[in-house]
Amino acid sequence: MTDPAITPELIEAHGLKPDEYQRILDIIGREPTFTELGIFSAMWNEHCSYKSSKKWLRTLPTEGPQVICGPGENAGVVDIGDGQAVVFKMESHNHPSYIEPYQGAATGVGGILRDVFTMGARPIAAMNALSFGDPAHPKTRQLVNGVVEGIGGYGNCFGVPTVGGEVRFHPAYNGNCLVNAFAAGLADADKIFYSAASGVGMPVVYLGAKTGRDGVGGATMASAEFDESIEEKRPTVQVGDPFTEKRLMEATLELMATGAVISIQDMGAAGLTCSAVEMGDKGGLGVRLDLEKVPVREENMTAYEMMLSESQERMLMVLKPELEAEAKAVFDKWDLDFAIVGETIAEDRFVIMLDGAVKADLPLSKLSSEAPEYDRPWDPLPAPDPLADVPQIDPIDGLKALLASPNYAAKQWVYEQYDTMVMADTVRTPGLGAGIIRVHGTDKSLAFSSDVTPRYVKANPVEGGKQAVAEAYRNLIAVGARPLATTDNLNFGNPEKPAIMGQFVQAIQGIGQAVAALDMPIVSGNVSLYNETDGQAILPTPTICAVGLIDTPDQMINDAPRDRHVALLVGETQGHLGQSALLAEVFNREEGDAPPVDLAAEKRNGDFIRANVEMIKACTDLSDGGLALAAFEMAEAGGVGVHLTTDDTATLFGEDQARYLIACNFDQAEALMIAASQAGVPIETVGRFTGDSVRFGTAEAPLDELSTLYHATFRDIFA
Amino acid sequence: MKAAVIVFPGSNCDRDMAVALRAAGADVSMVWHKDVDLPSGTDFVAVPGGFSFGDYLRCGAIAAKSPICKAVVDHANRGGYVLGVCNGFQVLTETGLLPGVLMRNAGLKYICKHIGLRVVTSQSIFTEGYNAGDILSIPIAHHDGNYFADTDQVKALQDQDRVAFTYTDNPNGSVSDIAGILSENRRVLGMMPHPERAADDGHGGTDGKAMFRTIFQTVVAA
Repeated sequence: MTDPAITPELIEAHGLKPDEYQRILDIIGREPTFTELGIFSAMWNEHCSYKSSKKWLRTLPTEGPQVICGPGENAGVVDIGDGQAVVFKMESHNHPSYIEPYQGAATGVGGILRDVFTMGARPIAAMNALSFGDPAHPKTRQLVNGVVEGIGGYGNCFGVPTVGGEVRFHPAYNGNCLVNAFAAGLADADKIFYSAASGVGMPVVYLGAKTGRDGVGGATMASAEFDESIEEKRPTVQVGDPFTEKRLMEATLELMATGAVISIQDMGAAGLTCSAVEMGDKGGLGVRLDLEKVPVREENMTAYEMMLSESQERMLMVLKPELEAEAKAVFDKWDLDFAIVGETIAEDRFVIMLDGAVKADLPLSKLSSEAPEYDRPWDPLPAPDPLADVPQIDPIDGLKALLASPNYAAKQWVYEQYDTMVMADTVRTPGLGAGIIRVHGTDKSLAFSSDVTPRYVKANPVEGGKQAVAEAYRNLIAVGARPLATTDNLNFGNPEKPAIMGQFVQAIQGIGQAVAALDMPIVSGNVSLYNETDGQAILPTPTICAVGLIDTPDQMINDAPRDRHVALLVGETQGHLGQSALLAEVFNREEGDAPPVDLAAEKRNGDFIRANVEMIKACTDLSDGGLALAAFEMAEAGGVGVHLTTDDTATLFGEDQARYLIACNFDQAEALMIAASQAGVPIETVGRFTGDSVRFGTAEAPLDELSTLYHATFRDIFA
Repeated sequence: MKAAVIVFPGSNCDRDMAVALRAAGADVSMVWHKDVDLPSGTDFVAVPGGFSFGDYLRCGAIAAKSPICKAVVDHANRGGYVLGVCNGFQVLTETGLLPGVLMRNAGLKYICKHIGLRVVTSQSIFTEGYNAGDILSIPIAHHDGNYFADTDQVKALQDQDRVAFTYTDNPNGSVSDIAGILSENRRVLGMMPHPERAADDGHGGTDGKAMFRTIFQTVVAA
C-alpha cells in the first residue's frame, strides 16, 4: 500500500493549521511522511497537547504538603497517612459518547481506570458526571440509556464500586453530551510508578489487547466541533473489553510487585504514539519501535494505523531485562498478549520501523516541547443584568416542581445500574452528597464528591468556578471528611471564540482562588474543548471532583434525621435567587448573577461542622434548590417529616453559599449554637424533623406523596 | 475450617468472600482456576461473584469447564460444602451441581440494591442461623439473576424444601421468586444476593453475617 501524498487537504483533515504545518517543516527540515504527519497530528491536537489551555492551567494551585504527585502523570497522588496514598483523576469521553453512547462511555471508564492502575494503585472508587440535553429532545433518552449502560457494563465487570456523580439536563447539551469519568485507587506511597523511561537499550514491552483499526484518529476527532456529518465518525469510537482490562490490571499490579517495571504508560488517546513519546520525553531518551512485532488483530495494518489506533486495554512499559522470566510468568498466568516492540535509544529520536523500512524518524523531545501553545484572545464576560422581581409562590408547589424535574429528582434509576458495593468497603452509596469507601483493613475512609453548577458558570465564570469547588468542599465536610485535593474536568466550547475562551479563563481564576483558600490543590485533570455543534456551545462545565479523608469512624457523619431532631441552618441566608433551580424550573428563567462565594466563610463554616461532628446527627450542604430541597432530601432519607417555620420563597429556595442544614438532638441544639457563635459562624433554628409531612409555614404535603414523586420522575422519563 | 475461594480471572468478589469467611474464623486459601486440585483438607468451597471469563455470552459457562471446577464438582459429590454467590451461583448451575439456569433480568438492566430476602428453610448449614420466614436485607448486583427451572424442577425444589431464599419483591423475574437453592444433600447452596456485602457493621447492615457464622460452627463441630 502506498502512502497518500501530503496535500493541503490531507493536512487540514489531520486538524493541523497551515502555521502548525509550517512549524513541522521547520522542525524536521523536509516534508513529513504520512506516518509522521499522523504522529504530529496525534501529539498536537487540542486533546493531547492542551495547546489552548496550558497557559491557564499553569496558574492553578497544585502543591501542598499532602501532594505526592501533581498534574503531569497519569493521575495525581495524595498522601493519606500510614504510608498510603490515594491516586485519582477525572477524564472526559464526551465526543465518543455522543457518537456511540454505550462504547463511548464504557471506554471512558476503561481509560480512567487504566490511568489509576498504571500508577500502581488498585482502583477502589469511581464516579461519573453526566450532562445531557433537554429530556424532551429526541436523542436524549437513547443517550441516557446508552451512557448509563456503558458505564455500568464496564465498571461492574471490572469490579470497582461507583460512589457518586452527577446527572444533569439542559438544552445546551442537545448536540454534545458530557461524560466525565473519575476513578480513585489505593497504593503504597513509596510504590508509585511513573512514566519516565530510564536506561539505554532497555526493552519496550507491549502488554494487553491486540491492536486493531478502532479509534484511529479519535483524539483528533475529539478536538473538533460537530456538525451534521457526525454519524460518519462512528468508526473513530473504540470498543471496550472490561474483562481484558480486569486481567490487565491484575497482571500490571503483580508485575509491579516483582520489581521488573522501570516505567509504564497506558495507551489512551493517540495510543502507541502518545505513550511511547511520553516515556521517552520524560526520561530524556529516544525510542525505536519495530511495528511488525506489535500484536495485531487485523491484517495488513499500516504504520500509520498502528501508531494512531486507540484500541483499548493496552499498556506500554520498560522492563528490567534480567527479570524477563518473572514478567513472562505473570503475563502467562493472566493469558495476556505481550511483545517486546522496541527499545530505548540514546539519541533524541522517535524511530518507527515496519518490516525494516523507516516509516518515521523524528526528534522525539520536540514532539512535545515544540508543540504549539496559544494565548488565545478572550473577552471577560459582561456582568449579568440584575434579577427582576421573583413573585412569592406556594413553597410546596415550588418543591414539587423541583422533584418533578430530572435534574433534582432521585437518580436511583441510574445508580442501581452500577455496582456500588463491590469490594465490600462501601459505607455510603450514591444518592445524597458524598460517597464513602473504607480504606480496606484500616479505620480510615475516603469521601468523594463531584460538583459544578453550569448555570452559575455561564452567568459568572469566576463565581461559578469558585462555587464548583466550594460545593465539593461542603459535600466532603457534610460527611465529616477533611478535604484533601481535587481533580478537574474542564468542559467548554470552541476556544477560538473569545467569549468561550473568556469563560474558560475566568472559570480557572475562580477555581484557582477556591482551591487555594480551601487547601484542596488540583492534582490532576483534563480539558475538553470544542464541545459545540453547529456553532452552539454547551454550558461551561468545569466539573470538580474532590477527595477527603475521614480518620476514624467517629469522625464520620453518615446518619439520617430522626423524629424530634432539631433542624439547624449553618451559614448566612440572604435569599439569592439569581440563576437558582427554582427560577429555572418554575419560571423558566435563567437570569441574574450567580450566588457570590465567600471563601473565608466557607472555610469557617466547614471547620465548625468538622469540629462538632459528635453533636451532629445528620448534615447536608445547601446548593441547588436551597433550604427547601435540602430539608426534603434529609427528611426523605430519614423517613421522617420536616416542619420549617418559614414560607418565604427566597428564604426557602435561595441558593446562598457556605450553608449546611444539620439535624441534632433537642438537648444539643443550644450547645451547637454557642459553639457556632464562638466560632463566628451564623446559625439559626429553622424547624424540626417530625411527623409524616413536609410543612413550610402553613403549606403542607404528605412526605409519602413527595417521596413517590421524587422517586418516580427519572424512571417515568427514561425507563 | 479450611475454606477455598475459587478465583477466575474475572472474579471480583473473591476478596470480599475471603474477608467474610475469615471474619467468621475460617482459614481461607485463594485457589486459581487453572489449578486441578483443591488444597488438601479443604472443608468448604466458595465460588464468588464477578464476571468469571467476561461472561459476554452465557454467564459462568466457560468457568464451569475450567480445571478447578472439576475438583469442585468432585468435592461436592464427596459430600463437601459449596457456596456459590451471584456469578458463583451461575457457575454452579452450569456445572450441573444445581438445577435450572440464570437468565437475563426481566427488566434487561443490571440491578444493584438492597432487597428483601425471605428465608424459606432453616434446614441447612447456610440458613440454620435464621428462622424460616425471616426477612433479611441483602444487596443484589447482577444482570443475569432471573432464575428459571421447569415446573417439575421447581415443584421438586419446593417439595424437597430446597428453596433456601425467595425475594419479597421479585426484582429480576425469577420463577416463584427464587433467590437461592440447595442441592439434594443440602450441602451446596447457590444464591444471587451477596451475603458477604452485609457482613460487618460498616456495610450498613449485617443480615448476612449469621450465614458465615453457622457455616463455620457446623464445619468445625463436624
